[in-house]
Amino acid sequence: MRRCLVVDDSRVIRKVARRILEDMRFEIEEAGDGLEALQACRRQMPDAILLDWTMPVMSGIDFLKQLRQEPGGDKPIVVFCTTENDVERITEALKAGADEYMMKPFDSDILTSKFAEAGLA
Amino acid sequence: MLTEPEFVLIARELKARSGAVITRDMSGAAEIKLQPLARREGFAGVSEMIGAARIRPDGRLWAQIADHLVAVETRFFRDKDQFAKLRDTIIPETLARRGHERIRIWSAACSTGQEPYSIAMLVEGLRQERSIAAEIIATDISERLIEKARSGLYTQFEVQRGLPIRALIGHFEKAGDLWRISDRLRAAVRFEPHNLMKHPGQLGQFDIIMLAHTLAHFDSETRRDVITRVADALAPGGVLLLGAGESLPEGVNGLACRDGVVTRADAARVAAA
Repeated sequence: MRRCLVVDDSRVIRKVARRILEDMRFEIEEAGDGLEALQACRRQMPDAILLDWTMPVMSGIDFLKQLRQEPGGDKPIVVFCTTENDVERITEALKAGADEYMMKPFDSDILTSKFAEAGLA
Repeated sequence: MLTEPEFVLIARELKARSGAVITRDMSGAAEIKLQPLARREGFAGVSEMIGAARIRPDGRLWAQIADHLVAVETRFFRDKDQFAKLRDTIIPETLARRGHERIRIWSAACSTGQEPYSIAMLVEGLRQERSIAAEIIATDISERLIEKARSGLYTQFEVQRGLPIRALIGHFEKAGDLWRISDRLRAAVRFEPHNLMKHPGQLGQFDIIMLAHTLAHFDSETRRDVITRVADALAPGGVLLLGAGESLPEGVNGLACRDGVVTRADAARVAAA
């Protein structure tokens, strides 16, 4: 089964995303900030990462930049999921190695569509 | 809740004006779709609005009611396989056949414009590799939907359905809470009102026609009539694309369909030979 790491400091968002992604047959692991996410990836690289931007301890963009330097860190498909919705931020995320980008609020249709765009259908 | 006579009335008017049919299980959804119109027109509810439409002689209110009932479900690059066929096979073959002539493409039930703008994005992508002159005409029965399509403005929800993020930042800009498609792409599509119950003769002939997820809204006899009329607008060698999983209605003569790609039966025989 494919594994997806859901990284968000909101438990509610993690719960909603988990429910949708489990329906898409992903096994889910959760992290509440970028540092927790990095530690989870060092234990086992997931196939996909759903990533918030603004979080305590380590932001999503800083996590992503570090992830892409880690051994095997080029493998996970990373989909940002954030309230940041201006073009500059989106461009910054793509340059840092994000594969897709979705803006909150989202529903299951958008999450499914974005994962499909990222090759995770 | 709509009463039986109210449902029968709006179903009859919708069929007469657009050819579309609604069934009784859609009665609740129809009422929800009509509530904003009833509020805007100053009625206490949908029932009062239907009552007023019955006695007003000019039919304008019925036209608005039908307009609000037509289907709007759409998204950018809906049916990715069909768009892949368009990019990889249909447009290149059409260009080869037409030489340096401009190719004409018709999005025949364009709703709020996502389909024709997706075609325009696809054509622009192909222009990176070769020179293409394409004219894209997009039509819908609803003036209200055509106006929205012309504006090129979409909500954050709409641009996240089917549109890859690189296409969003490459072709759109933020406009307050909305996203506006580029002037270049807006200029690439010409929007016009057109009722599929009428012959499309005035639109001219097309090398490629897209008629996706539309036939299901009609009864079987109307489906045959609509696709026959639309196919009349195919230029020699032209191709009509249906939605994924759709095929020709039973009893249609002179057309052949393979994987949602419709051609004239005589052309299909030549290709197979």
